[in-house]
Amino acid sequence: MKILVPLKRVIDPYAKVKPLGDGSGLDLSGIKFDINPFDEIAVEEAVRMKEKDGSHEIIVVSIGTSDSEEQLRKALAIGADRAILIETEHIYDSLGIAHELEAVVRAESPDLVLMGKQATDDDNNQAGQMLAARLGWPQATFASKVEAAGTRLQVTRETDSGEEVLELPLPSLVTADLRLNEPRYIALPGIIKARSKPLEKRPASVMSSPKTRTVRYDAPPARAAGRKVSSVDELVAALQEKGAL
Amino acid sequence: MDFRLTPEHQMIRESAYKFGQTEIVPGLTERDREGKSDRAILDKMGQAGLLGVSIPAKYGGTDTDYISLGIVCEELERADTSARVVMSVHSGLHCMTLLQWGTEEQKMRWLPKLATGERIGAFGLTEPNAGSDASNLKTTARRDGDHYILNGQKAWISLSDYADQFLVITRLVDSDAKAPYAAFIVERTLEGFSSRPIKGKLGVRAGNTGEIFFDNVRVPKDCMLGEEGDGFKVAMSALDHGRYTVGAGAVGIITACLDASVKYANERTVQGEAIGKKQLVQQMIASMVKGRDVGRLLYYQVGWMKNEGLRHTRECSMCKWVNCEAAFDAAHKAVEIHGAYGFSDEFPVERYFRNSRGAMIYEGTHEIHTLMQAEYELGYRSDKPLKHTLPAWPLEAELTNAR
Repeated sequence: MKILVPLKRVIDPYAKVKPLGDGSGLDLSGIKFDINPFDEIAVEEAVRMKEKDGSHEIIVVSIGTSDSEEQLRKALAIGADRAILIETEHIYDSLGIAHELEAVVRAESPDLVLMGKQATDDDNNQAGQMLAARLGWPQATFASKVEAAGTRLQVTRETDSGEEVLELPLPSLVTADLRLNEPRYIALPGIIKARSKPLEKRPASVMSSPKTRTVRYDAPPARAAGRKVSSVDELVAALQEKGAL
Repeated sequence: MDFRLTPEHQMIRESAYKFGQTEIVPGLTERDREGKSDRAILDKMGQAGLLGVSIPAKYGGTDTDYISLGIVCEELERADTSARVVMSVHSGLHCMTLLQWGTEEQKMRWLPKLATGERIGAFGLTEPNAGSDASNLKTTARRDGDHYILNGQKAWISLSDYADQFLVITRLVDSDAKAPYAAFIVERTLEGFSSRPIKGKLGVRAGNTGEIFFDNVRVPKDCMLGEEGDGFKVAMSALDHGRYTVGAGAVGIITACLDASVKYANERTVQGEAIGKKQLVQQMIASMVKGRDVGRLLYYQVGWMKNEGLRHTRECSMCKWVNCEAAFDAAHKAVEIHGAYGFSDEFPVERYFRNSRGAMIYEGTHEIHTLMQAEYELGYRSDKPLKHTLPAWPLEAELTNAR
């Protein structure tokens, strides 16, 4: 099976980011970047599938500037076989990403696209679904378990009403939820092997005009100080006063 | 001058950090409290490739530079000193010295298995009555045909009960060598070898430390590192590598102190505000940050000198001396910031305090390093060229083959 894992370079999810004074962007000085954590889970899952059945080829792909090579190299260190960087400075929205990835999928013909359910920077949770729609492929989002069964895939999804088990024919698209796995620490030999694994750069081919536009960046409003109450009665009265009870 | 770490260094840092937090920290408080070491951690370190760091690919290692070794030490000691000690004795004192002084045959014989952790290496210089005055060794080696017969004992040997082979420094008996010392790789399985753990240590309680004994141990002569008379030089080269790992690891203790203290200072409130807002607490945090940042520069410099193949005994002594004092000071301040909680193993800082004290004794006490630095400056000490230097990174052969 050939698995394609799209991944996004995002600001370290634990970093504290501030908007620039004029709201035109974010102050990225001294900020670290990493693979979007949900995408890292997808890479980990692909590698685990490969470890179970050596027949898989894992291709990681990222769209962006050459800075993203760092994240692709990390995915190669985790265990992906080769990487593709769609090198561009174009600004994309989720649909634009889906368009661009569609071109990669059509060129690479994977059996499975496995990607994070959303990116921790914009939290859109759209690209996977849009890509499946563009390809006309079955999709299983928010996966917490993925099992290959011959030419089909059994995916357990986390939904608001509980777990849902889907069976999908291949090719199909799966997006990873947090509980799918716990990504490993990378063994040093993996880091060294990644040095010589192929990382191919391709120009962007679609570059569709974004249908959304970022107007400005603002920090979330500071939380107002809470009020301390000394008894349950006072708490109940305060809640009633606010109309919460 | 380029101070940037490469993306590969950053990946190695992240990997070693995650290893420490995933494989070392769980159950650590109990192991430390009960003085129990866990042999399984060595296997896991081998599987993660940590035990082969900075050993060239030619000898089965990961082919990372020497700065990578320092980074691994820093991140492992951030979890616990016992894990960094493994790197110090296995990678620093044993493997790096073998890489520096071993013949090609010796390197091919031992390094590939050491690099994967299939075999564990350790180091034996210190004796019950020979610490800082290492030349006062009592362990002897006497030539007997194709063998040397070793008698004596070594004390404070890390991994004494786990290591498969020891780099042992002995006094030579009946030898014409100008300096009557020799260095041997001694395998645990040789008849007459035994080991015994040391109990009741102040710190590094989750690590294995003990004594090793030689009772007429017959060591084949092809297990000698260098020649008759080189033993003391081999030992001093080993210390260049061991001290580097200790100095880099000390930065990890400071980082761990900061991890704990910054969190605590932001959460703990006194008179309605976080104690981090108090200037006296800020002074302690600032001092720790100073120790961490200066310490990193010092060990990066030594790592760079190793990469370049430059003699670095003086810089390495400085790195070890300054960083270990800074780590002890940071741990003392971390306890201070935590108040009564710092006095209990409910928080990790009391462990940092106990662990950081040991590093001011081993691999050259801080008094020894103080004297060394003064003697260099006063012109009483200088480093003469060595017969064998640590190969610069990358190895020339690997430059042509692999790149």
